[in-house]
Amino acid sequence: MRAPGGPEVAAGEVLLSVENVSLSFGGVKAVSDVSFDIRKGEIRAIIGPNGAGKTSMLNIINGFYQPQQGRITFKGEARAKMRPHEAATGGIARTFQNVALFRGMTALDNIMAGRTLKMHSNFFWQLLRHGPAMQEEVEHRRSVEEIIDFLKIQEIRRVPVGRLPYGLQKRVELGRALAMEPELLLLDEPMAGMNLEEKEDMSRFVLDANDYFGTTIALIEHDMGVVMDLSDRVVVLDHGIKIADGTPDEVKRNQAVIDAYLGVAH
Amino acid sequence: MELLYQIFVDPFVQMATAPDLFVQTLWEGLVGGMLYALIALGFVLIFKASGVFNFAQGIMVVFAALTLVGLYDAGLPAFLALGLTIVVMFLLAFTVERAVLRPLVNQPDIILFMATFGITYFLIGFGEFVFGGDPKVMVTDGLFLPKGAITYKALGGIVQLQKLDIVAAVTATIMVAALGIFFSKTRIGRALRAVADSHSAALSVGISLEQIWVIVWFAAGLVALVTGIFWGARSDVSFALEVIALKALPVLILGGFTSIPGAIVGGLIIGIGEKLGEFYWGPLVGGGTDAWFAYVIALVFLLFRPQGLFGETIIERV
Repeated sequence: MRAPGGPEVAAGEVLLSVENVSLSFGGVKAVSDVSFDIRKGEIRAIIGPNGAGKTSMLNIINGFYQPQQGRITFKGEARAKMRPHEAATGGIARTFQNVALFRGMTALDNIMAGRTLKMHSNFFWQLLRHGPAMQEEVEHRRSVEEIIDFLKIQEIRRVPVGRLPYGLQKRVELGRALAMEPELLLLDEPMAGMNLEEKEDMSRFVLDANDYFGTTIALIEHDMGVVMDLSDRVVVLDHGIKIADGTPDEVKRNQAVIDAYLGVAH
Repeated sequence: MELLYQIFVDPFVQMATAPDLFVQTLWEGLVGGMLYALIALGFVLIFKASGVFNFAQGIMVVFAALTLVGLYDAGLPAFLALGLTIVVMFLLAFTVERAVLRPLVNQPDIILFMATFGITYFLIGFGEFVFGGDPKVMVTDGLFLPKGAITYKALGGIVQLQKLDIVAAVTATIMVAALGIFFSKTRIGRALRAVADSHSAALSVGISLEQIWVIVWFAAGLVALVTGIFWGARSDVSFALEVIALKALPVLILGGFTSIPGAIVGGLIIGIGEKLGEFYWGPLVGGGTDAWFAYVIALVFLLFRPQGLFGETIIERV
């Protein structure tokens, strides 16, 4: 089922694979019969023109959408569909195309929210702010502060995120996802609406997250320059169908991809 | 001149010359205010967790009180009936989550708001079907709710405090404090605020919407039960109680829809303002002010602080 021109590139075992996945809304086919995999430690880009089914694909992976057909194998466990809670506990974190933050909360609280699943003390201790709960809170704060340093957002940690400029909101959102210590991080257009400088910063954070934390990343992006620079492998969707899969160079030369992006002469 | 005197001077003269009556009025306002605060609290809990004004809160008060009385009248001991009513409120929360909220995840708030109308009418019908439509008497002796009043000779007259009112005020205070701490200091509290802000983001960090919603509706159900017991004991248990619950609206406008302290302060201001207004200014317009005075207070506040006393400032980037 390999697309034209898609040999194996990055080594490493498969972390997640989708096989023959289809999803339609009423009569509209958002994703049809798509298969690809994501290997441990790589940066995998999903690209395609508008309406290609990229975001639907991410939503299927983290359980927001349930595909009608196909199979998702994550960490060796195959299932017909993912549920959001399963995805989160299993180690899949994500960001959203239109930033989805907890607007009333500070940047710090937003990132702390990413630790939800890691907190285990019962609420009587939390009420008393004492004993195991206090210790736990301190530990979580420490790792959250690390992420805040990593993303260079120390000065805004106490600011309600609704007040932050867009670029910083995206950074906080990335922070919240990283706070989950995910094995697989899904980024839906992390650089949309950013200026060049912000894009460069964000690209660095993505690369560093991949390097330092060893996080496997799947990202959707429209900026081809960014995609080609960042990703190890690229899968190309068009009208819900996979048209190419391979290294950035291979994909760039692929005729089907060129046609999809530039249009075919009639 | 005469009218201005009657509005701006005479009431205060009366307050000063008959302090016992003034204190009595104040006390009654305070108790009424605590109970308004309790009702408002039920609304705040659900609003915080889902951004939805739960129209059904009023009928939940009636439904909880009816269940308690119904079980007691069926011959169960009072505290067993109370325990079972708590179980029923939990089942209600569970059912609402399963049957109403879960299918509506990620829908616009207005859809959920309309769904609470549906819950309201369902509970009215279901309540009447099971318990009948007649007013009932609240269980008081069985729950050790005191009767009678404590009378003080003070301030040159008599001040009478109903024992039931004292218990109501104390219970309401404890309940409000407990819930306030629970939702501000615990992980569940943080998760609750997260859910209120964004369903999808909350899901993506592994917060279980199902769990949060059941907890919140159950908490609102408990608040409804306590409210129902005290309102029911002061008057009787009937579907008319549902209208009292709408008094929570001015309280919420005053206090802010998202603030637990706001619900309390708002409740007290409305309760006291309403009683003072009725007693001192009511006669000027021929009485009957309690139906609308609270809304006037809220309206005046709205002009100056649209987000309420303690509401979160609305931040909108353009």
